[in-house]
Amino acid sequence: MTTTLQRPQQVDAEDAARIKPRRRLTGGGMLHAYTWLIIGWLVVPIAVMIAFGFNDTPGRYNQSWEGFTFKWYGRLFEYPDLTSALLTSILIAIIASLVSGALGTGIGYALGRYRFAGSGSLNLVMFATMSSPELIMGASLLSLFVSAGTGLGPVTITIAHIMFSISFVAVVVRARVITLDRSIEEAAADLGANPWTTFWKVTFPIILPAVFSGVLLAFALSIDDFIVTAFTAGTTKTFPIWIWGATRVGIPPQVNVMGTLIFAIGVLGALIANIRSRQTKRAG
Amino acid sequence: MSASHIPDPSLLRGLTQRRFGRRDAFRLSGLAGMGAALAACGVQGQGTQAPVNVEPDAVAKFWDGKVKNGKLDFANWPLYMDPKRPELKKFTAATGIKVNYQEVIQEMGPWFAKVQPQLSAGQSIGYDLMVITNSFQFTQFRDSGFLAPLDHSKLPNFAKNAGAAYKKEAFDPGNAYSIPWTSGMTGIAYDIQKTGRVIDSLEDLWDPKFKGKVGMFSDIQELGNFGLLAVGVDPAKSTEEDWEKAAAHLKKQKTSGVLRNYYDQSYVEALGSGEVWLTQAWSGDIYQKNISDGTDFRFVTPKEGGTIWTDNMTIPITAKNPVDAAMMMDFFYEVGNAATLAEYISYVCPVPQAQPQIRKDAAKLTGDDKSAMLDLADSKLVFPTAAEYAKLHYYVSFEAQSEQQQFQKTFEPIVLG
Amino acid sequence: MSRVKRQIAPYLLVLPGSVWLLIFFAVPMIAMLSLSLQEGDIVHGYRFTGHWQNYTEAISSYQTQIFRSLLYGAITTIVLIVLAFPVAYWIAFSGGRRKSTYLFLVLLPFFVSFVLRTISWRQILTDEGPLLHPLREAGLISASFHILGTPFAVIAGLAYNFLPFMVLPIYVALERIDPRVVEAARDLYANPAVTFRRVIFPLALPGVFAGVLMTFVPASSDFVNSEVLGSSETTMIGQVIQAQFLDNSDYPTASALSFVLMLVLLIGVFSYARILGTEDVMKVAAR
Repeated sequence: MTTTLQRPQQVDAEDAARIKPRRRLTGGGMLHAYTWLIIGWLVVPIAVMIAFGFNDTPGRYNQSWEGFTFKWYGRLFEYPDLTSALLTSILIAIIASLVSGALGTGIGYALGRYRFAGSGSLNLVMFATMSSPELIMGASLLSLFVSAGTGLGPVTITIAHIMFSISFVAVVVRARVITLDRSIEEAAADLGANPWTTFWKVTFPIILPAVFSGVLLAFALSIDDFIVTAFTAGTTKTFPIWIWGATRVGIPPQVNVMGTLIFAIGVLGALIANIRSRQTKRAG
Repeated sequence: MSASHIPDPSLLRGLTQRRFGRRDAFRLSGLAGMGAALAACGVQGQGTQAPVNVEPDAVAKFWDGKVKNGKLDFANWPLYMDPKRPELKKFTAATGIKVNYQEVIQEMGPWFAKVQPQLSAGQSIGYDLMVITNSFQFTQFRDSGFLAPLDHSKLPNFAKNAGAAYKKEAFDPGNAYSIPWTSGMTGIAYDIQKTGRVIDSLEDLWDPKFKGKVGMFSDIQELGNFGLLAVGVDPAKSTEEDWEKAAAHLKKQKTSGVLRNYYDQSYVEALGSGEVWLTQAWSGDIYQKNISDGTDFRFVTPKEGGTIWTDNMTIPITAKNPVDAAMMMDFFYEVGNAATLAEYISYVCPVPQAQPQIRKDAAKLTGDDKSAMLDLADSKLVFPTAAEYAKLHYYVSFEAQSEQQQFQKTFEPIVLG
Repeated sequence: MSRVKRQIAPYLLVLPGSVWLLIFFAVPMIAMLSLSLQEGDIVHGYRFTGHWQNYTEAISSYQTQIFRSLLYGAITTIVLIVLAFPVAYWIAFSGGRRKSTYLFLVLLPFFVSFVLRTISWRQILTDEGPLLHPLREAGLISASFHILGTPFAVIAGLAYNFLPFMVLPIYVALERIDPRVVEAARDLYANPAVTFRRVIFPLALPGVFAGVLMTFVPASSDFVNSEVLGSSETTMIGQVIQAQFLDNSDYPTASALSFVLMLVLLIGVFSYARILGTEDVMKVAAR
């Protein structure tokens, strides 16, 4: 009797793993296969994009498979306007991620660390920027720039990118700051450090990985952004806008190669960040 | 707010009022309330109701102090030059000007909408030379003061070699702002392997035998013209009732399932991929597709009539290198260059002397190449005869913006679905 | 002195970011609202006249597209709940140590540009492409059968692009479920079906709600999928708004339509929140 009553409290990971297999036989196997099916579906266009970067197609129309070749990797910069569009994208992404990193860290730290009037409305505004459809954000920014007569170009694109990235950075930083151990900051204060020094020498290094994640997230959001950029670009071309324009005349294999490279770098970056964070966790 | 390096549009059009006063005052006083904020916003328009005449000193005012800079940014439509750019290479060799040639214009509406905010703010659009069609957007460009008045002393080849018709264009009297790049026709392109028979009539575009395999242009002016011709109306004389009739006929094409989709420049790819078997098309595109991809598509002007339009070289008002642009414009009116251009793009050539030139070039070739080029020299698509011209119609032109908006309201719902 | 410093510290920290958001998020909305009440044309300028007829004209001209967009958005969301739930469920309960790997795989598409992903799908689904050509050769489909240009293609594209947004929140909610609760249910003689229906699913609801929020709103206002994979018959309101802004320069109509869309989406989201209970909205917002 006592054993049965005590069992629920003693259930831990090992027991759960022991009990679960019974369920796994009936539903689990199918669910497992289903999950892989879905993952397969998600991967199909990526595979196609990568594959057609190796297509030995004669002209600009990369529509049917002609044979395998590495040549496009060597002729990557054959289209100067495509190359400059890619560079524009990268430059804007760097600036936007750094600025939104700074602005967003400020907000994230304040929201996580302090209680102050207006934090509720600030939360709401951030929620609004993250959940607003990009179409509306782009349209309203265009309305602003058109009404103010400022023209459109790389500057307006960067402004827009910073705007929608701030909230994402803030959320990431806030999540980290909330779990911050205040006692370290208090120890620094006890040792005579003023708040400014405490922040830069103690707090900031601790939250730096979160800030870095936020900046990376902002970079990724910026480099791939299409909808908001389309509204604020004027005649400037970024990488996604160039692709969009090229769909009417035919997308050259170089686009597939660049997409593949960006994909590879992104995946690599995520893996490295993951391994790093595992190491930090293990270290303490 | 208006940049000081561009001439005041009001001087160009001989008009007075600039709409800044209220907005400037508002900006100084700060946010004075929602009502004021809302009311003070506005999109500055540069245009006027008065007919546009180029002030005599507007030309001098624009070109004063402009020199050759050695570079040129050229915006054009796709398929308007040999991909190897032989003419540009020749131009660079002759003048030392480096040309950055971009095929960024696909449709007139989006092009105007894209550059309007920048030109309105006095900002460079990144191009010194752009090729725009004689659609109502041309009028919008001109009336907004976005086009630089041309200095014809810089265009001697044009004066010497251009066909007479191209010096008397109704949409730009006296070539004040533009000279033609090429003229072209809208007709039907088709894949004879798929259709199984020769196509020669607009009725074929409504034929249920081609269900789901017909394409039309999404551009309202192109679509509207074909709709009007299909119901037997001359677009130049069309009334609002005619527009309604044409719109109803076009709707039937959609509801009966014959139409696959509305396209812009992407119709070429759709034809190539087999998505459509016959489609509304532009005369030269098909010949280039055949050359580059080895396909066998055909082009025909329907017997009920087709559309003729002119794509024109213009210089945006904020161009950084207008002198280089003018030199490029004149370069293409040299007989030899006009001939090589026409030889590749297969569009209507505005230089009559190019025809004997092409025959001379053909004499230097042999075999298939020679006969192909001779065919081109004789082609009615490149050098139309009077009979061909009689079959062709311009876009519907509008007296006022309200008329144009009405036209848009009539045909837009068709494309929108 | 230092207490004052500590009190103003948060305000100083949020100031730059808040100002940026104010100028480039809030003010543009006002600008767009103003534009929606203007009239004129692009050549002669638009002027504010309080012309609210822009709204009525916009709604009457484009009600088909508005309704279609909401319909596609709703269908996509429902399809995604059905597709994503099992995946999130399996990863949360049976993922074991490789949970983060599976999540990473689910997020893989986001390492490729949105536009490029959708265009790749067009390449795959094109009439004579790698999918349809063999089927047609084998006589399994008719000559006029096509996927591109149909509502199915557009909804499939939308579902593809927003699947991770549904998987993630549901996963997070499921992950938080204490396994002992499931144990308790089983101890009370509940079979797996009942356990799911009365214990797991209700606990997962906040995640489903968050997922609905993150998919319905952007899916309804999307224009890329319909433009690339659809035809004129699948035109969504996002395309109309984009066309009015970027093809026709008809800013007043475009702005009015944007507000109509926003209003409709807000009404949809809040009525959905009402059904689930407002606390969930705030919980999601706070997260």
